[in-house]
Amino acid sequence: MQPFTIKISKIIDENTSIKTFYFDYNLKSQPGQFVMLWIPDVDQKPFSISFDDGKTFGLTVFKRGPLTEKLFELNLGDRVGITGPFGTSYSIKPDYHYYMVAGGYGAAPLGNLAERINGAKIDFIVGARSHDLLLFEDRLKKIPNLNLHITTDDGSAGTKGRVTDVLEKLLENQNDDKRILVTCGPELMQTAVLALANKYDTKCEVSVERHMKCGFGVCGQCVVDDLGICTCMDGPVMSRTIANQIFELGKYHRDKTGNIIKF
Amino acid sequence: MLNTTFLNKQFKNPIVLASGILGVTGAGLANIIKIGAGGVTTKSISLEPREGHKNPVMMGNDHFFLNAVGLSNPGIENALPEIAKLRSLTDAPIIGSIFAGTAEEFGVVAEKICTGPIDFLEVDISCPNVGAEFGRPFAYSTEAVETITKIVKTKSTVPVIMKLSPNAWNIAEIAKAAESAGADAITAINTAAGMMIDIESRQPVLSNKVGGVSGPALFPIALKCVYDIYKAVKIPIIGTGGITTGRDGIAMIMAGATLLGVGSAMYYNKGTCFSKITAEMEEFMKAENITSLEEIRGTAH
Repeated sequence: MQPFTIKISKIIDENTSIKTFYFDYNLKSQPGQFVMLWIPDVDQKPFSISFDDGKTFGLTVFKRGPLTEKLFELNLGDRVGITGPFGTSYSIKPDYHYYMVAGGYGAAPLGNLAERINGAKIDFIVGARSHDLLLFEDRLKKIPNLNLHITTDDGSAGTKGRVTDVLEKLLENQNDDKRILVTCGPELMQTAVLALANKYDTKCEVSVERHMKCGFGVCGQCVVDDLGICTCMDGPVMSRTIANQIFELGKYHRDKTGNIIKF
Repeated sequence: MLNTTFLNKQFKNPIVLASGILGVTGAGLANIIKIGAGGVTTKSISLEPREGHKNPVMMGNDHFFLNAVGLSNPGIENALPEIAKLRSLTDAPIIGSIFAGTAEEFGVVAEKICTGPIDFLEVDISCPNVGAEFGRPFAYSTEAVETITKIVKTKSTVPVIMKLSPNAWNIAEIAKAAESAGADAITAINTAAGMMIDIESRQPVLSNKVGGVSGPALFPIALKCVYDIYKAVKIPIIGTGGITTGRDGIAMIMAGATLLGVGSAMYYNKGTCFSKITAEMEEFMKAENITSLEEIRGTAH
């Protein structure tokens, strides 16, 4: 579990505040899993894996604090410390019809999942505040059997409005017996997707984000009420059955001290 | 077979979750009971909330585990509802752990935590990872241990357990000082000071640079400390440090421990960690015709 130090092999600017960093390393990850990224003397935090083809993996990073600011200053060939992959992953069921619902940088693990399911029919609904913040539009358009639905808060691309409105229309109008909803993004969006999964009695997998210190089930920081299970090991990807038992989902999370913060 | 009485309280087995591991929330601690522990110790709680050190705060390999979390906790006022939640979810014994920067503050936190439904109070005077903030751990000085034990005893409504450090060269003497000041039990040991360096980046791995060693590497050190303390005092001992197997647990009982603190084993064996240790202990006891742990306690002496 000691960090392995690897070099950045490619950097892609996704938009003004998001970059994808690639590393030539066989991470052996599954879609939905995450790694801890460490820059000595700065910090270490969890990042979901947005690409992995067995030779190269990618992390799509939003610039928002000291660690990511430092990461954005790094160049090709600079090194970072990685531990992982950690956590659970999304189901891969090529005979299912996938409804993928991504909000903001929630597109990172779902884009990775969409690229790695061969043959499944996919409706991919991606939402962002505005067109310039939309992630992976080009990557997603290249995936066969994938219908892309874009929503933006300001109407600058796709439909103006919420991803869940688009999702509900699709669920109402499409007839298929093997459906699965998978989602990643802001928690209130995910709980809305979960509510639709309950309403339409559909398989569903959500990705729960909580403050993590270790990533491997020891620190206890990411434990959820009342199940008492760790988001880092029993999540981040959780089934509809488990997610429905997480009392705090959509209500509160905890800060570094363990104190409750309401959504 | 593993039923254990510790200070007049019944434990279904002698394994208690050691302080610092998975002890942030009431629900998290209740889950530890569900997966097989006989009791739990909360993460150490202070008067005010603390964020702890920056990441990385813990790392491990096959031989040892290393951490410097920096005593992050929500502060006593916010921790009390978590302890109440824990009590609502389990009947198992609860050990509340506290720490403070001064003897007086230990008294204040002790008094406050005793308003919650705890069965025992563990006093953490031995964390090796906050030296920059608090100076040398109190557990290195017999005078400091006596002073803190006396103050906490006057404020506590439950039995008081003093948690000692293997970094003190005279741990048995320190245990004796705690006993003579009124301590009801000893937890031995906290982690041993250590570090880890990432040779590619040429930097310490932990943000705090140094941390506390636990896991298998700590076990023989803990065993010897418990052995020495058992000779020196009459009060019971929670033997803690590197226990990952049933054989480790049995050896610790033979050195003189009454309860067994288990923490880093969660890193090595995840969800099966407690049930694995208890199953292995029972298997050994059956093979050796041992009917109770009382029969073998301290037999290594």
